Amino acid sequence: MEANHNIILPEGSIEKQTTTLNFGPTHPATHGVFQNIMEVDGERVVSTVQTVGYIHRAFEKLAERRPLYQITPITDRLNYCSSPINNMGWHLTCEKFLNIQTPKRVDYLRVIIMELSRISDHLICNSIVGVDTGAYTGFLYVMQYRELIYEIYEEVCGSRLTTNIGRIGGFERNFTNAAFTKLEKFLNEYPKTLREFESLFTRNRIFMDRTQGTGGISAERAMNYGFTGPNLRAAGVDYDVRVQQPYSSYEDFEFTVPVGTTGDNYDRYLVRNAEMWESISIIRQAYEKVQSFKGTDADVYHADVPEYYLPKKEDVYTKMEALIWHFKIIMGEIDLPKGQIYNAVEGGNGELGFYLISDGGRTPFRLHFRRPSFIYYQAYPELIKGGMISDAVVTMSSLNLIAGELDA
Amino acid sequence: MALTNEFIQAQLVAKFGDQVTAFSTSYGILSFESPKEVNLKVLQFLYDEPSLGFTFLTDLCGVNYPDNIGGELVVVYHLHNFTENVRLRFSVATSIAQPDVFTASKLFESANWMERETFDFYGINFVGHSNLKRILNVDEMDYFPLRKEYPLEDQTRIDKDDEMFGRG
Repeated sequence: MEANHNIILPEGSIEKQTTTLNFGPTHPATHGVFQNIMEVDGERVVSTVQTVGYIHRAFEKLAERRPLYQITPITDRLNYCSSPINNMGWHLTCEKFLNIQTPKRVDYLRVIIMELSRISDHLICNSIVGVDTGAYTGFLYVMQYRELIYEIYEEVCGSRLTTNIGRIGGFERNFTNAAFTKLEKFLNEYPKTLREFESLFTRNRIFMDRTQGTGGISAERAMNYGFTGPNLRAAGVDYDVRVQQPYSSYEDFEFTVPVGTTGDNYDRYLVRNAEMWESISIIRQAYEKVQSFKGTDADVYHADVPEYYLPKKEDVYTKMEALIWHFKIIMGEIDLPKGQIYNAVEGGNGELGFYLISDGGRTPFRLHFRRPSFIYYQAYPELIKGGMISDAVVTMSSLNLIAGELDA
Repeated sequence: MALTNEFIQAQLVAKFGDQVTAFSTSYGILSFESPKEVNLKVLQFLYDEPSLGFTFLTDLCGVNYPDNIGGELVVVYHLHNFTENVRLRFSVATSIAQPDVFTASKLFESANWMERETFDFYGINFVGHSNLKRILNVDEMDYFPLRKEYPLEDQTRIDKDDEMFGRG
């Protein structure tokens, strides 16, 4: 056959019954830089090949030339829907590696911030699932509470999206009263909105028809594919790093780990919603515990680690010791101990792990991020095979894929 | 019976003898090494043996030790037993001249992309992998950027002395 076009068709394409569809990387329905080259039969997906790496920024290489505290802003840019969890995960890894004990109040404040970011992460994911099934309303209803969460971050660390929140050993400053006032406002008002959000979706006939039975996966397959976080729990495996390997005093809190059964889009939605309720309860408990500190204990916001925690600025100007530590920290002159560590936290979309190897230098010899969405995105072709293209879009958003984390 | 690191070590030594070496525990995680030829046998044993049950591959990544002649490249596996809640670190070393390591992607689907990533950054050739090509970098790239021979900063610069800034 004489080819008079510049499209290269596969071998034997005259009998080809399927269409090749280039989906993304800047398709409005993909919510990020995701490209899929799909083979579709009418509207049914036969197979797909994902392309990743569009926003790869070589974080692991960058980290090899940075002292520990300069790596925190890199972690912001992994899962940018819940940056504080990444920041704290990194700080917790450093603290475990350096054997730093943090005061209880720091742990509880961290739990508050981490659970707030878990809520903001799940809230975006679930409301986007709503948008993709044709319900924009829920997205608009909850957005003001993400804004409130970002205002709380702003009160604590001064920034909103890429937070760089906290330091090795604790927080850069104590929480202001405004932060606690906003937290109280959030705790008072958000449950009502979340209930409203649920009443819009959970028993909505259209939403249920669109999400039930699509994008499902069995527990065995999910484990084999390396699923973690809400996606794995939706398939029925009750694995949660917060429970299995408690960090930041999570063992002091009462909460349940919601699980699903079928691992489909609807179960993922339900698990995320249930987790938001648990997070609210954890924040309440943590806030109570924070309030129970009296006197000087109520002012503790960092551990006493002069090698890694910057001294107060007025001390730097007046005290020799503080000036020396300040200089050494800023210039990255502090040698790390030798060794290697793997430490994980429960991120917004799964187990976020940090594998740090140190050869005794000032910077990590090797730092590897275990990025949950990079690992579970592999299962996407299996999840959407045989389904409609429109369901593939819902599946993609309900997996909570974050391009920044995927591409590192 | 709780799964202890000592028990895991005893099981591995009983099965593989002196092929499993360098046992150590750091921050609660047992780590050990084996020759690269038996990496799949070890992973399969850890997976199948009911008393061990390491059925979840948490992480797979590469490391480059340029000074370790004959074993410049290392593949590190992090395994997890969910029921007993025990983690395990297992590594195999390979020479940079012939960086062939058997693929674990037949055992764990999750290893597929992690091995592609490791190939992309370190050039480790995973023998038997179904689709071993670059994943995060562009296909045209002709080097393996995370190897230590490629320094991060421009080496022609003379205004930055390594000794003054971090690693010497």
